[in-house]
Amino acid sequence: MYPEDQLIPISALQHWLYCPRQCALIHLEQAWSENRFTAEGRAMHARAHEGPDESRAGVRITRGLPVRSLRLGISGQCDVVEFHTGGRILPVEYKRGKPKSHRADEVQLCAQALCLEEMQGTAIPGGCLYYGERRRRTEVNFDAELRDLVASTVQAVHACFAGGITPLAEYEARRCDACSLIGICQPQSLRFRRGAAAWFDQRLRASLLSSGDLP
Amino acid sequence: MKRHLNTLFVTLEGAYLRKDGAAVEIRHEGETKLRVPLHNLEGIACFGWDIGASAALMAACSEAGVAFSFHNPHGKFLAATRGFTSGNILLRREQYRRADDEACAVAIAANMLAAKLANSRQVLMRTARDHGGSSPARATALGQAADSLAVRAGLLGRATTLDSLRGIEGDAAATYFGVFPHLLVNHDPGVFITGRSRRPPLDPVNALLSFLYSLLMHDCRSALEGCGLDPQCGFLHRDRPGRPSLALDLMEEFRAFLSDRVALTLINRRQITAGDFRREESGAVLLKEDSRKEVLVAWQERKQVEITHPFLDEKVTIGLLPHLQARLLARHLRGDLDAYPAFLAK
Ligand code: SF4
Repeated sequence: MYPEDQLIPISALQHWLYCPRQCALIHLEQAWSENRFTAEGRAMHARAHEGPDESRAGVRITRGLPVRSLRLGISGQCDVVEFHTGGRILPVEYKRGKPKSHRADEVQLCAQALCLEEMQGTAIPGGCLYYGERRRRTEVNFDAELRDLVASTVQAVHACFAGGITPLAEYEARRCDACSLIGICQPQSLRFRRGAAAWFDQRLRASLLSSGDLP
Repeated sequence: MKRHLNTLFVTLEGAYLRKDGAAVEIRHEGETKLRVPLHNLEGIACFGWDIGASAALMAACSEAGVAFSFHNPHGKFLAATRGFTSGNILLRREQYRRADDEACAVAIAANMLAAKLANSRQVLMRTARDHGGSSPARATALGQAADSLAVRAGLLGRATTLDSLRGIEGDAAATYFGVFPHLLVNHDPGVFITGRSRRPPLDPVNALLSFLYSLLMHDCRSALEGCGLDPQCGFLHRDRPGRPSLALDLMEEFRAFLSDRVALTLINRRQITAGDFRREESGAVLLKEDSRKEVLVAWQERKQVEITHPFLDEKVTIGLLPHLQARLLARHLRGDLDAYPAFLAK
């Protein structure tokens, strides 16, 4: 059981699955850099959270529901949770764009469900992801494999936060060029990480021998 | 990373800045003078005693990471607005630890000063090359000063105390400003330098330099704030309440390359002449209010110039350099880099 002040945000799990360093930069180092994607994502979330609670025949819809699990040590907010008469609980998460190759969105949704299970004392077998680009729901099954992935991710993030050490960058074009933190992370500068001292000495010597070609 | 964006300079006494939606609106005597979307700005710097701003605007700026500062009409920093300290406590703690450990502080400060001397030397060499032909005396003086800076840059690497670093730097600064008159070519004879004087500046060149250094200081300070470092805790400059010592440290790399070169260009192109200065009874020399605009425009233009960052090997604007170097310093403090790679212009 984790005490309340050690809960990690569920959003950190997604960041971790995208890139552990990104996760540490955002949550440990409090670096934040907004790019178009995060701005759009935020606007969309604000819409999802701001809508009024509604009741349709047999369903009560809640938006922006805060949840936590002391067992896992996580907390967050659900975009939408449908409470159906008969006891079925269905979390729904809204996403910009389309389904991704990594499982970050499923992990986030399942983590929310694990919180809801703990708080409500019931089993939640599945939920839905709603992708903005497709405009329809994708069902997600909370099977043992996904639950294990959530648990191991949660554990890795807890360990990183407890140690307080940001993992080093591994530059990978496909991932880093789309990362909103690339400017803060400077992944390419780390090719010199054990050689910044040598780089500086050599460059200084060259500068002191050269003659005035300033930009 | 922030793109390099414009800084909005407000020099109009009596102006009032307010938030209008997602924009800043400048009002003066009941009229709207200008509206600029906040997301187009990197900073807002006010120069005047009678310029005001609404709380809503200041809050929006600190949220959006737009540096907001007040300066007196001559550029001296007075106050800045910010939200509650967020940033990174782990990083700050490491910064304090290293600042308290002389060997660590020397290692960082030595690189900053070595870069300063190398960059100053480049400025001397550039003039020696372009204008030394017409004046052998100039070529000789600049060449000798450049050699002496190179020797001192070498000494920095062997120094083991901060005091010895400061001593070497002091000698180098005296050498550099000793030959500064040789950097004035084709200038209005009324614009001259009599050695380095700060408080107050006693000649036109010093008046111009002081103003340009205050602009650089504004940028360095917000660059440090922007990446979670404490601008007050320096490695080379000692702590003194109210003094942004780390910003002063960071400035060293850029003084010659950024501020001095803007000053020299303005003077040598005669965009700034003796008529742009005013002498006070105390002997202090000040840049006239209208002339400050010319300097601000030149400063902004210089910041738009693109170069290849020597360490990151990426195309960046000059205006982004303080931000990038502040990041690299933070990365060194967090242990990602084994040294602080200070900015070497060439
Ligand atoms: S730039 Fe690359 S290494 Fe750095 S945080 Fe982003 S994804 Fe991770």
